[in-house]
Amino acid sequence: MWAALRSMVMRDLTLAVRRVADVLTTLFFFVIVVSLFPLGVGPEMETLRVIAPGVVWVAAILASMLALGRLFGNDYSDGTLEQILLAPQPLSLLVAAKVLAHWLVTGLPLVLMAPLLGLQFGLEGEALWTLWWTLLLGTPAISLIGAVGAALTLGLRGGSVLVSLLVLPLYIPVLIFGAGAVEAQVSGLGATAHLSLLGAIAVLALCFAPLAAAAALRISLD
Amino acid sequence: MLEAVGLAAVRGDRRLFTGLAFSLAAGELLYVHGPNGSGKTTLLRMLCGLVLPEAGEVRWEGHSIRKLGEDYRRELLYLGHAAALKDELTALENLRVASALQGRPVSERQALEALDALGLEDCADLPVQVLSQGQKRRVALARLYLTPVRIWILDEPFTALDKKAVAGLEQTLANHLRGGGLVVLTTHQEVMLTAAVAKTIAMGSWGD
Amino acid sequence: MSTTGINWFKYSSPATFYPLAGRMIPWFAGLAAVATVAGLYLGFFVAPPDYQQGDAYRIMFIHVPAAWMSMFIYVVMAGYAALGLIFNTRLSAMMASALAPTGALFTFLALWTGALWGKPMWGTWWVWDARLTSELILLFLYIGYMSLEAAIDDPRRASRASGLLAIVGVVNVPIIYYSVEWWNTLHQGASISFDKAPTMADSMLAALLVMTFACWMYAIAVVLARVRCIILERERHSEWVLEVLEEERR
Repeated sequence: MWAALRSMVMRDLTLAVRRVADVLTTLFFFVIVVSLFPLGVGPEMETLRVIAPGVVWVAAILASMLALGRLFGNDYSDGTLEQILLAPQPLSLLVAAKVLAHWLVTGLPLVLMAPLLGLQFGLEGEALWTLWWTLLLGTPAISLIGAVGAALTLGLRGGSVLVSLLVLPLYIPVLIFGAGAVEAQVSGLGATAHLSLLGAIAVLALCFAPLAAAAALRISLD
Repeated sequence: MLEAVGLAAVRGDRRLFTGLAFSLAAGELLYVHGPNGSGKTTLLRMLCGLVLPEAGEVRWEGHSIRKLGEDYRRELLYLGHAAALKDELTALENLRVASALQGRPVSERQALEALDALGLEDCADLPVQVLSQGQKRRVALARLYLTPVRIWILDEPFTALDKKAVAGLEQTLANHLRGGGLVVLTTHQEVMLTAAVAKTIAMGSWGD
Repeated sequence: MSTTGINWFKYSSPATFYPLAGRMIPWFAGLAAVATVAGLYLGFFVAPPDYQQGDAYRIMFIHVPAAWMSMFIYVVMAGYAALGLIFNTRLSAMMASALAPTGALFTFLALWTGALWGKPMWGTWWVWDARLTSELILLFLYIGYMSLEAAIDDPRRASRASGLLAIVGVVNVPIIYYSVEWWNTLHQGASISFDKAPTMADSMLAALLVMTFACWMYAIAVVLARVRCIILERERHSEWVLEVLEEERR
């Protein structure tokens, strides 16, 4: 079974390497959206420092939403998704493997890029560090929850818009604890509570989202 | 023994079939034919467990395939309409990934041998997107040589194949049946299939 | 819903449920009308004005039942969706989709009346109060559910997919609710919480309960009427529907 899961992850990573443009689009989208805010709000560092965590988090959520269509979409249209459903392995584990690969190519680059954007917004030291940690804990949860939405909207007309209607409300707790952590750190409350809750959400998502996404795939391919 | 009991399928508003039943023992071939839209593909996907029947159930060795789950899927190879190949991967990589997913990883040599058997030795390291339709189809069919499972469910396997490949596939199917395998297939082409027992299901003609 | 007294397995066939629902609707509708009139009378004429809020608080008699209903209906909807997915019963899936618009309506009503109440209370139409924000998110969840169902052509896939979404949503509702509470306490503004409303006079409580009852009856009547339409639509090729239509034409 491990062989199957490993080859699932390796396959998706190989595909991503051979289609690097897709990965970069998501990353650049993230950078551009974040960079728009100073232009819209004004360049006062005080304001920017206050809105930075929220802006980075919302942009990260939107960017990963943009990539959700690719999670199952290509496999659906070329028929490989059917073969994945027919594999004699627990589908939820295969889904988890796919989400892991997806996160490595769409989520992790955002996490790595975020400190740079934080600097642009005048975040420093502890605050920057906290932002980085929240993204590292939160983006896997975002990918996992998104997988359920992506599986439900597979092959539908306007699926990419629909998926945002379905999953954005479910992202709210991640957003609240993610952006809130930085603020709590800055205000001197400490971010431990936020980070623990964020971690708890990530663990819950890891336990349940693959099951729900697997059920959704079976429904969508029926 | 693969059995279908009182199967019914509904697609949107249309009732594709009801009360469909058959049983298929080791070494037997089931040939499903009918016009486009008569529910052939739906029936095949139902036999795989991809489509939930509106009524009735599919049984393998006397047990519902819903309950068997992975144990049933381990016995099964389904080749659908689409070739189920990733365009960016080479033929060799595609085969190895598919086999690993099936829970039976193969070495590079085994995969190359399977491609050889279908006359694809030159294409092994090419990304699938540069291959022709017929070549893609043959890459997909190479899985028949790699995965020793009992039930083959093949949706239009002869499409886009040249004469020589058709003859080769006929031979492969005959060998599989002789070895106690089960085959369910649909095809539009006239093919020569030699099976000890060949059953046919004619699907309704009130499709589109 | 209060219809839990009915043996669903006996009535879970749309063919038996359809006429039964038809007979029940007038009763629930009648009760809803009577209770609304009584509740509004109690609320507007009997209940005393609040010593702090004056007469403005009276919108509570609609706002609070609507907010309760909006959350409760979502849970009931998810319950039906789960039944439909697990037992593959068609009627439960139909009930789930019949409940959604009513739930969304109550959510909207709760938001609207909340805004109306907010104006005299806080001097602004909208505050990011925990309750109102949760209601807003709940509205998003209803909208997601209804749009997913509408986007899928095949009715069976539509009800199974939206059913799964409802279950995922209901699991998330408590998490969302508590995270919004947390967020709200962290960003403590000068908001007046509905929690700290002064102790209610008996007549206020009575009006609130009667209005809640009215909302229940209304919801049941409307959902039954809607599920009858859904049954007819989805089963339009079955013989019993043709017979029913034949009978009604006569």
